[in-house]
Amino acid sequence: MDTNAAIAFSRFGLGRRRDEPVPADPHAWLRAQVNGPDTAPAGPTTAQGLAMIYDVIHMDRAAFPDPRQSPQVQAFNHVHHDESAALLGQAVTTPDGYRERLVWFWANHFTIAAVSRPSAACCGAYIREAIRPYVTGRFSDMLLAVMRHPAMLAYLNQNTSVGPNSLVGERKSRGLNENLARECLELHTVTPASGYTQTDVTNFAKILTGWTFRVDPENAGFFFQERAHEPGEQVVLGQTWPDGEQGGVMLLQYLADHPATHHHLAEKLVRHFVADDPAPADVAHIQAVLYKTHGDLHAASLALIDLPSAWQPLTKLRTPQEYVIAVLRAVGANPAYETQMPAVLKNLGQPLFGAPFPIGWPDRAADWAGPESIIQRVDFAYDFAGRVTDQEPATVAEQILGPLLEADTLGQIHGAGSRRDGLTLLLACPEFQRR
Amino acid sequence: MNTLMLSRPLLTRRAALLGLTAAFTLGRTSLALGAAPTDKRFVVFLLRGALDGLSAVQPYGDPNCVSLRGELALPQPGTDGGLLDLGGFYGLHPSLQTVHALYKSGDATVLHAVAGHYRSRSHFEAQDYLECGVDQRISSGWLNRAVATMPGAASRDLALSTGLSAPLMLRGPARVEAWAPEHFGQSPAADLYGRLSILADRDPLIGPALHEALQKRGDAPGIDQPGQPGQPKQHPEVTLAAAAGRMLAAPTGPRVAVIEIGGWDTHAAQLKRLEQQLAILDASIAALHANLGEAWRNTVVLTVTEFGRTARINGTKGTDHGTAGMALLMGGAVAGGHVRADWPGLGSGRLFEDRDLMPSADVRAVAKGILANHLGLNAAGLEHAFPGSQDAPPMNGLLRA
Repeated sequence: MDTNAAIAFSRFGLGRRRDEPVPADPHAWLRAQVNGPDTAPAGPTTAQGLAMIYDVIHMDRAAFPDPRQSPQVQAFNHVHHDESAALLGQAVTTPDGYRERLVWFWANHFTIAAVSRPSAACCGAYIREAIRPYVTGRFSDMLLAVMRHPAMLAYLNQNTSVGPNSLVGERKSRGLNENLARECLELHTVTPASGYTQTDVTNFAKILTGWTFRVDPENAGFFFQERAHEPGEQVVLGQTWPDGEQGGVMLLQYLADHPATHHHLAEKLVRHFVADDPAPADVAHIQAVLYKTHGDLHAASLALIDLPSAWQPLTKLRTPQEYVIAVLRAVGANPAYETQMPAVLKNLGQPLFGAPFPIGWPDRAADWAGPESIIQRVDFAYDFAGRVTDQEPATVAEQILGPLLEADTLGQIHGAGSRRDGLTLLLACPEFQRR
Repeated sequence: MNTLMLSRPLLTRRAALLGLTAAFTLGRTSLALGAAPTDKRFVVFLLRGALDGLSAVQPYGDPNCVSLRGELALPQPGTDGGLLDLGGFYGLHPSLQTVHALYKSGDATVLHAVAGHYRSRSHFEAQDYLECGVDQRISSGWLNRAVATMPGAASRDLALSTGLSAPLMLRGPARVEAWAPEHFGQSPAADLYGRLSILADRDPLIGPALHEALQKRGDAPGIDQPGQPGQPKQHPEVTLAAAAGRMLAAPTGPRVAVIEIGGWDTHAAQLKRLEQQLAILDASIAALHANLGEAWRNTVVLTVTEFGRTARINGTKGTDHGTAGMALLMGGAVAGGHVRADWPGLGSGRLFEDRDLMPSADVRAVAKGILANHLGLNAAGLEHAFPGSQDAPPMNGLLRA
């Protein structure tokens, strides 16, 4: 394995699997992933997730002294577990590590957490339906799919926001919830750097009123509730947007293709794949690609591969999620691990579908390099190495890290008192933790 | 009880409970169908990393001991922090209080200057050979193959593996029950943290973070560990030993178990580290003893390690990979109260390759003596466990008549 192949596996991918072929042309290998299809298996749909909520709401409560024991609630409670295992399983087994990293990047950009019934019941469907199809498509299409998805609508309370002058608002004296509108501006698109005001936020929130969803089986999914929609045109960012559902769609398309959005996305992408403090020239390059292509993520994903700085030595620290995935890929997949790792990730401070804030997980090494965080990784590595048998640590080290493996690491592995200790040294050494 | 990642034993156990045993024994030549499994218990402590036998049981009567061992030589018996005497020539490390009590009551023997049948100084290779019982790595271990020949092995889990995965010694055709507490809570020994912090020092973020965390935990390399405030936390290996004792004591429980303890690779700062390591071993033996209860009478406990360590102290107050070491043999079934050794001596020309304690007995002979005289294996069973080991006949006289 040459250095570029090792960098491709670690910087762009999820870590090499031992049985994975080494690409002769790492650039071409990464490009093929961007050009190829998403290979994630199907799973429950958003409609099926919503049906679970419907079943819980409408179950015969008298039949269950403890409703938590009902099959309806049990089924709902299993979704998070099953979706976590499925997401990890895909990450651990996929040959298209770069494409999967892009999926995780965008899922984190558009963070939801399994804290409400719809966002829990649809957490996996959200990624399958609102993220995966657009990872190499248009950013505006992804933004629209996300903003109309019940998981996001519920996570940021859009489904309870009502236009004060709408029919529902007047009758029930209910009003606006600005949560989604604000986060969309601040986190998903233009950022405060664009200079939006509180009035912009409020007006955007008015535009989004009526964007909700239904759970009954005949109508499950996004629903524009005219009766909750604030009537009238609205001004946001100096432009007037028409009344009705179409006004929101138009505004989102405008936001998606805004230069401030391009800058924000370019900076996040370069920070994620290249360096904690991205070089301004790199950011400007990706930003220009997004500008020229009107937010084509396919073009941006290819442009990242071509950044010369992306082939320099690795400086990023794997997050706990990336770290655990790399460990599982290094030692070989086992479905049992994938069901146990969600609990491990919770211990390591990065549970799946569990980011504490809409901004998602932080993406700088310093955010994950606290003393307790680092030693917890070592302890996990040791615990995990105790479950793995029949592997020669030195061989695995050379297969996974290739030329990135330092001589003193290999020396320490050779000198370890047991295979378990040797594997621990590999999984906890700095070159395994960097990407 | 939790079975981690080893679904097969769980399934077969469930099958046995459901009365499906016949389905599993069909097509197998059951060796003694209907014969009751033995009441004898056999526990192996597998000490990975190479325990220094000359420190665990120091031949203080050997005239070359102090000059070779330097700072590693412990004070004579009867002095403060001194050895626990084993009859005038050998002394137990002071951390081995339980072993000493067992020795005095006739329930423990020391076998000294023993080694495996191989002459490898590679941990991994030597551990494989020790566990396989032959001179190459194969996919089954001698203890599993021995269990497979025992009456009842086809219908019930006679073997117990404790910890996160079954050691090679216990892998093979015979069914094995696996047990580990749900929250195992093991963390690496200070030595492994130390090796890792050397590697981590290359990294401007990971290095300082790891150092700070280790200092907080009191495990920083080179820093003496302060006593734990309040109630001392039970070491995970002690938990495993206690659980093994409980399970082995049950009338229908397993009969053979392996408990692994790592962290013996004392290349540096050996005095302090062995004091802690041997205390863990001693507490594990005490926990096993206490939980076996009446079954202790029928029990043999053996400690094995992949090789001994150099007779001379090295430049970092430790010892390097060597050859012969010592094995502890304990239990109510053991004819104890003495040290059994054909002592090779530590003098000039007496050391193996002028560095290690010379082997005078073969671990396979010890194991075969236990398998034959305690678990009742016949010649064919012994050959099955240790193929091609005619040069290591079963050692007799280890057990009470």
